[in-house]
Amino acid sequence: MVAAMDILTAQALVRFGLGRRGAEPLPPDPAVWLLNQLRQPDPTRLDDPPTTAMGLTALREDRETKPPPGESRSAALFKAQGAAQLANAVTTPAPFRERLVWFWTNHFTVSRRQGQCAAVAAAFVEEAIRPHVTGRFSDMVLAVMRHPAMLLYLENAGSFGPDSPVGQRIHRGLNENLARECMELHTVSPRSGYTQADVTSFAKILTGWSIDLKADPPGFRYRPFAHEPGVQTLMGRQFPADEAGGVEALAFLADHPSTHRFLATKLVRHFVADDPPPDAVRAIEAVLRDTKGNLGAASAALVRLDAAWRPGAKLRTPMDYVVASVRVLDIPPDKIPMMGIVGGLGQPLWNAPAPNGWPDRAADWAAPEAMLRRIDWASGFAGRIGDRDVAEIADGTLGPLLRPETRDAIDRAGSRREGMTLLLASAEFQRR
Amino acid sequence: MNISRRTALLGLATSFSFGGTSLALASAPTDKRLVVIILRGALDGMAAVVPYGDAGLIGLRGEIVPAGPGQPDGVLDLGGFFGLHPALAGVHDMYKANEALVVHAVAGSYRVRSHFEAQDYLESGADHRMTSGWLNRAVMALPAVSAARPEGDALAVGVSVPLLLRGPARVANWAPHGFSQPAPGLYATIAALNRHDPVIGPAIAEGLRARGFSAAVMAGDTEPKAKYAFPALARSAGEMLAAADGPRIAALEITGWDTHTAQTNRLKGPLTQLDAGLVALKTALGPAWAQTAVLVMTEFGRTARVNGNKGTDHGTGTVAFVVGGAVAGGRVKTTWPGLGTGQLFENRDLAPTADLRAVAKGMLASHLGLDAGALGRVFPGSGGAGAMAGLIRT
Repeated sequence: MVAAMDILTAQALVRFGLGRRGAEPLPPDPAVWLLNQLRQPDPTRLDDPPTTAMGLTALREDRETKPPPGESRSAALFKAQGAAQLANAVTTPAPFRERLVWFWTNHFTVSRRQGQCAAVAAAFVEEAIRPHVTGRFSDMVLAVMRHPAMLLYLENAGSFGPDSPVGQRIHRGLNENLARECMELHTVSPRSGYTQADVTSFAKILTGWSIDLKADPPGFRYRPFAHEPGVQTLMGRQFPADEAGGVEALAFLADHPSTHRFLATKLVRHFVADDPPPDAVRAIEAVLRDTKGNLGAASAALVRLDAAWRPGAKLRTPMDYVVASVRVLDIPPDKIPMMGIVGGLGQPLWNAPAPNGWPDRAADWAAPEAMLRRIDWASGFAGRIGDRDVAEIADGTLGPLLRPETRDAIDRAGSRREGMTLLLASAEFQRR
Repeated sequence: MNISRRTALLGLATSFSFGGTSLALASAPTDKRLVVIILRGALDGMAAVVPYGDAGLIGLRGEIVPAGPGQPDGVLDLGGFFGLHPALAGVHDMYKANEALVVHAVAGSYRVRSHFEAQDYLESGADHRMTSGWLNRAVMALPAVSAARPEGDALAVGVSVPLLLRGPARVANWAPHGFSQPAPGLYATIAALNRHDPVIGPAIAEGLRARGFSAAVMAGDTEPKAKYAFPALARSAGEMLAAADGPRIAALEITGWDTHTAQTNRLKGPLTQLDAGLVALKTALGPAWAQTAVLVMTEFGRTARVNGNKGTDHGTGTVAFVVGGAVAGGRVKTTWPGLGTGQLFENRDLAPTADLRAVAKGMLASHLGLDAGALGRVFPGSGGAGAMAGLIRT
């Protein structure tokens, strides 16, 4: 017998969470359940937790031994650690908190398409993102910008101050990539009105932020001889030379009013609607401003937005869709190759095409062929229902979100598998 | 042509059930094909089409300039001043056959160096992001076409539809798939159950329609799979465009151009794929190649100077390619701005002397017959960029 689910509980499970897992107990009060996840420590316990040292050691050995493509230690780490992250999304008892980890990971995209950062991608999540999702944004930015995954991905290790001792000796100069994307995509955004001169200044400020692969353990290293000497002006402010100037500049950018607006817009787009309602954005922006970028407070404010409790406003991305599907049938994560599936559906893990990460609007994921692929996959996966009762599963996972027409079609389906395909292919299940 | 059980079940057979329709359409003025290829990530125009005759080139980027024409791995000469990157041998053959034209020192109307904003503007055809793309609006401006084929005439090749092709005109979308599929009857139920959803409903209906179409076209497809994804997609696009009752407009995209480091090595792969894709498109189109014009465009160029990592950073002026059997090719069309002191844009980038919207408008006007009013709707606010003449054979 399935306990009846009310609409707020159903909505909390899909909008803020990752979908109900099997017949897991329903929270007595959905808002309290969500807020408690923000207050309590992250329950994630990965076997053999990924670390930067582990990843960079693998990268160093790959560079020394040059294994054939696909057989590198980096590729093996990426595969195992990626699968572990997806498994954690399936099994976590704190799915709202986990959604925030995925949200911020996408905000600060690193992608194996560039910069040989595959071996440290999971370490990036565990070291730079996860510890900060309810902390201060400025702490997260600093952790991200010092992390070897980001330094590799956006190539800052090869950016040299043109007037630095190293730059002068080897005649190499700036690489603006990290500085530009940090301003455009991570912090103030183009709406703040910065200029090319600001990007160039910030690139100079970040020179020397590099990686030492030979150290024991290998990791971040500030290289003063690659750093551009002198005071730099960034968006009207002056910042001193050396590493401290970079730390100051990042704190300035992280807590800039334009950053608050930009982050609020993205959060509201993810938790409310593709077109963020302006009053909801203003509410979250005010919390970020008043708390100096406290992400736990901003996340709690999202829960308190009435607009976030309107059902069905968001389309699940392929990653969301696959995790929710595996959760609904309660398949043990080691019994399903999720890495390959999310890739086949168009959202390969830590593999976004560009530094702006995966899009967060229905139009970007609802292309005709993409939609059909999702249904093609679902029809195969639905076979894993076995001899379970599909109507019970449908009611148990969606409760009052399930339309009577879909429920009828499931009841009339020719087989359990067909009924399960109809559930997974329904608009109610594809939305969150 | 086979009508699959699925197309019959879903009422998708209109294009296939009357063989005579295709013959009538074959002689219609709408038999022109237009293909747009987006190079996402900003192609370095001076690496693809090297101005080796400019004395300023070596001083700016000697480390990444390929050898001159006639030397091993040297550029392929385009008439004494410009040379094509050696990976573009197929394009060079088309150039020699007067089927490829280069527009150099071209840029959109915007002056941002953000990939993402610039791609939005490139595809919107405006200096702000719009909800529809210029190619979709161009389809809407073809009255004869939309009356003859109410199901729409455009095709996006790949898993998603780019902004360039989004908008009111219906667009099919095709990509090779790798999963098993549910039975046709179940698909019909799924389509019906989702009809109420404004996003998912139309997507499923369009997807099934496109699959019905492509399944019929691909039924005779026995050629071996290509080594790279892009040439394979380009070949599929060409096969569908070649079909008498197929779409007439297609958009493809290819990434890999954002060469901040080690540009010389990193450009070879994407340029090779682009070249092989254009050749595959031509082969697959067969006789329809004579009716075809292809625009290859990118969001902006890259810095004129090499950076600290033997790469280039985000810039402004770049190249566009116009290729196809309908193109008045064999020329580099440019007002060359020069690379000397004071000639670079912001002392940094190749200065733009042509507007990419003028190139697109020139193609839409001469190739598809859009008049000035229609061009104004397709590219709002582009009055200053008149349609470029002489791109298409007349």
